[in-house]
Amino acid sequence: MTDLILLKHELLLTALLLIFILMKLGKDISNSSFLKMSNALLLINFIIGFFGNQHGQMFASMFQTNELMALQKNMLNGGLLLISLSSSRWLNNHIHLPEFFMLIVATLLGMFFMISSNNLLVFYLALELATIPLAALCSFDLDKRQSSEAGMKMIMSSAFASGILLMGISLVYGVTGTLAFTEMSSLIASDHLTVFALILLFAGFAFKLSVVPFHLWTADVYEGSPVAVTSYLSVISKGAMVFVFTSVLYQVFKPMQEVMYQLIYIGAVLSMTIGNLFAMRQQNIKRFLAFSSIAQVGFILTGISGFSHTGAASATFFILVYVFSNMAAFAVAGIVSSAIGRETIDDYKGFYRTNPFLSWVLAIALFSLAGIPPTAGFFGKFFLLSAGAAKGNYVLITIAALNMIISLYYYLRIVRAMFMDKNETPIGSVNLSFNERAAIIICIAGILISGIWNGPFHTIHHSVTEAFSITPF
Amino acid sequence: MNILQTIPLNHYIMLSALLFSIGAMGVLLRRNAIILLMCVELMLNAVNLLFAAFSVHHADGGGQVMVIFIMTVAAAEVAVGLAIIVMMFRKAGTTDINLFDTLKW
Repeated sequence: MTDLILLKHELLLTALLLIFILMKLGKDISNSSFLKMSNALLLINFIIGFFGNQHGQMFASMFQTNELMALQKNMLNGGLLLISLSSSRWLNNHIHLPEFFMLIVATLLGMFFMISSNNLLVFYLALELATIPLAALCSFDLDKRQSSEAGMKMIMSSAFASGILLMGISLVYGVTGTLAFTEMSSLIASDHLTVFALILLFAGFAFKLSVVPFHLWTADVYEGSPVAVTSYLSVISKGAMVFVFTSVLYQVFKPMQEVMYQLIYIGAVLSMTIGNLFAMRQQNIKRFLAFSSIAQVGFILTGISGFSHTGAASATFFILVYVFSNMAAFAVAGIVSSAIGRETIDDYKGFYRTNPFLSWVLAIALFSLAGIPPTAGFFGKFFLLSAGAAKGNYVLITIAALNMIISLYYYLRIVRAMFMDKNETPIGSVNLSFNERAAIIICIAGILISGIWNGPFHTIHHSVTEAFSITPF
Repeated sequence: MNILQTIPLNHYIMLSALLFSIGAMGVLLRRNAIILLMCVELMLNAVNLLFAAFSVHHADGGGQVMVIFIMTVAAAEVAVGLAIIVMMFRKAGTTDINLFDTLKW
């Protein structure tokens, strides 16, 4: 029984899921009271997540957890709460509000199991639990054709990706004869078949992370989905994938670091460059954020390519920063989109005159995404690049630095449009509800605080070092 | 059982690689959304065959457990996929993915 505390995060989410189902089955409650209750539940879930975390293994060591994983799960919990707060306007008007929460909690549950998985079977099941409900969520704007188109592109590409991933898994199984990560890492040798399996596995991961040769679905899905789902996809789903990437591929495929390094190198360079070049020419703000998130993945891969504790810690820290900054940007885009219904960048011209608060929020978020000090984004990128530089490949670091300059251009283009450009018909002024204001203030506080205070990074670095020494790899 | 085990492992690997490639090419080349889902199923079944073969080769049950779970998950995936295709068909009146082009750069 005492072991069950290891499953705490997952059990809490399962309980939430059941409560949502019961609330849906019970007597009709209005959307606003459902939203209040679900926000309160998500907040409780988030707070409990911080207490009583232990490390250990369960279910014939198919499931493992440690302080680092607990921290990562807490970050994702917090992100879900922020999404629910910041998109309350859209959610309030949706007729299927309870289903939205059921699906989104189900995907989060999948991500938690994925982070904690210690066996390829659990990993695969968790991955599918994390992606299948997401496709349903993408098509959640039921009356919009674009939304169901996004859902279809999502399910097709994720099914294809999991097919490729499974081929990789089955070849790894064929080479090693086991599905457990612990035994696998000692049995893997870099022969040709394993290299091929690794490439397939990497391709499957790259699809989910939208690393460049496999990024084509990203922009379409991000544009068509409702903003709440887009921010979930780009922040939480991607964050969970990065966590798994560092823990699984780092530790299981340790003997194959050289091949991994080549793959990550190519992926990082292509993602940064192509993501940036396409982001420059976008007109729709969601599409723009999609390409900017592809570019950000390139930077994350640069950090991961260092293959060190610092690399894993800086990737985790970057996700924390990314949760705050991307969530703030998406919160503004979502509020404007659901209140006014306008989504192009040109619409944001003259935004400062009508909505000074929102434009400062968007500006700070974009500064953080671009990596301008004193926002947290600067340190996020700085740690990533210095972790990547540990390997001594300065070509990669130079390309990353050049790409940061390119990205400044297009992030500041929006800031310029908001603050300096004139517009005859600017977006009207938007009244913020309490929930939206709370979400935005938390995001901005997160960006600024983790930019000037080194506490979060030290906590993460400490737990990464500890986690990598505890797990029996 | 004995006859199956006399077939060398390489044959299984080649067959499933072939099936997998057919499925993957189908996903890339065919334009009907329902056929796309079928091709994905073909890819997954190729993987299943490989898992079963490796499972016998290593005398380890894990691979066969994996096969059962893959089939279950594939069914769930197709259920959601078909639901979305139905929704798309209601709006666009076709399942040809070339016509689903309202989202484009």
